Amino acid sequence: MSIIQVQNLVKKYNGITAVNGISFEVRQGELFGFLGPNGAGKTTTINILCTLLSATDGTAIVNGYDCKKKSSDVRASIGLVFQETTLDNDLTAYENLKFHCYLYNMKRKETEERIKEVLQVVELYDRKDDLVRRFSGGMKRRLEIVRGLLHRPKVLFLDEPTLGLDPQTRMNIWAFIDNLRRKEGITVFMTTHYMDEAEVCSRIAIIDHGNIIACGTPDELKKKIRGDTVYIKTSDDAKAFDEIERGFDIRAARLKDGIALNVESGEKFIPKIFEALTTEILSINLKKPTLDDVFINLTGREIREDNNNKGSELFRIRKRG
Amino acid sequence: MLSYKAIYVIIIREFKRFFRQRGRLLVTISRPLLWIFIVGAGFTSMVNMPSDISYKQFILPGIIGMTILFSSIFSTISVVWDREFGFLREMLVAPISRLTIVLGKLLSGTALSVFQGMILLFVSPLLGFSLSINQFAAMLLLIMLLSLAITAMGLVIASYLTSLEGFNVIMNFIVLPMFFLSGALYPVNKLPLMLQYLTFINPLSYGIDAFKHVLLVSMPPPLGAEFPLIFDIGAILAFSLIMTLLAGLSFERKG
Repeated sequence: MSIIQVQNLVKKYNGITAVNGISFEVRQGELFGFLGPNGAGKTTTINILCTLLSATDGTAIVNGYDCKKKSSDVRASIGLVFQETTLDNDLTAYENLKFHCYLYNMKRKETEERIKEVLQVVELYDRKDDLVRRFSGGMKRRLEIVRGLLHRPKVLFLDEPTLGLDPQTRMNIWAFIDNLRRKEGITVFMTTHYMDEAEVCSRIAIIDHGNIIACGTPDELKKKIRGDTVYIKTSDDAKAFDEIERGFDIRAARLKDGIALNVESGEKFIPKIFEALTTEILSINLKKPTLDDVFINLTGREIREDNNNKGSELFRIRKRG
Repeated sequence: MLSYKAIYVIIIREFKRFFRQRGRLLVTISRPLLWIFIVGAGFTSMVNMPSDISYKQFILPGIIGMTILFSSIFSTISVVWDREFGFLREMLVAPISRLTIVLGKLLSGTALSVFQGMILLFVSPLLGFSLSINQFAAMLLLIMLLSLAITAMGLVIASYLTSLEGFNVIMNFIVLPMFFLSGALYPVNKLPLMLQYLTFINPLSYGIDAFKHVLLVSMPPPLGAEFPLIFDIGAILAFSLIMTLLAGLSFERKG
């Protein structure tokens, strides 16, 4: 059964198309990843699904309710963790959670037990009476994620849940989310632009310029890339790229630092390129496909090369919020 | 449509924040006292009061009005604060109506202002006012009414503020003029006619005029109240109603 159904969803802001007619479904119990560079339309899609924005066209259904017509029912069925923190720094961890329980009209008796339960899961129970102001970034994130789970939502939305955290905290958060999903049996819908993180997802949709360009399990997507990826760095990438384009019939992509080549067999290709290039090769690297390669293969560029859209996207949300 | 539990918890949160930000409580208590004891004392020596009250006593109704004005506006700035720090989204995605959020903010701002206005009323015996129970009760009602009106106005303003920087502009161009054109520090009928018109559209004028009815009972105008009490109350009520409606509408539209 599909818990999220999206059909031909379109969102335009002042003439700019942020989401350009996307369709996808998320099944119950999945950890669904929404991948794409900044500004691709991920946050816009999440905001429509959680009724903060209304779509220009198309339909979005969450837990059987239409996001446009039954926004209150949709809100009661979902939990939400935003990119930026939405905790009250002047309240304690416990008070932040209690506030949430009241907003979601939970029964008083259940409230106490549930707060204790979720705080223990994230190992913050002994800090429950500390002001959130004193928490580290990782602790705040954990607290926010379990706050989103307090009212036992059917779907938990996570918008870039690990943005700005150090690698170790990121890994912990992922293990934690996956664990929670298994324990609570809920569906998780999350966005990220870290490709390596998306490996834990059951299924992934890759979005770019408002369009979904691929959808499937991580393995399925990786199988779409036939052969291997060879990364080379040379003393003059521009010249080498030119030579490769002229001399070989293969797919090549210029990266920020180096060139990625999609070849049938890496082992056989490497000797050939040494012969063919007049440019000095500094390093050469053969890799089995990752999701990063999937993205490069589909779009001809790296996912994280443009970080300057970030500000405007944040600004837009803030103005709405 | 309305979630009472949500309204209740929004109010509790504002009070918790109020008492946690120690500076706010301190300002609340010290600002009116500064006005009464320092500005009041300064003017007492200069102003020839025509009857048997001192200038300090004359400005008490105005200073109570000022306290309500400042605290109501400051409370509603919490909406901007919440927006800036993201907390507003936690409320916006909850399964509650926008009206619930507006009412929560309206009632919490009103309650905080009433609380701060009443503190001042309690120290009024120090200024030589002996208040009867009836006066006290009447003041409580009037303070509630004025707090509601100003908080509702503050919410309308806050819904248009996108950042905390705008707060200074509001302070300079709305809050301070409202205070100076309210009859708090001097009778408004001595002002030039143009400015007098402004006092007529200022809700604070009617609030302070109503306070004068209770606190400066035997005083004739211009020092005492100018309008009939019932007119003051009607004006504030009408103003509250319009502002509450506007606040509801602007939140429904903007979020």
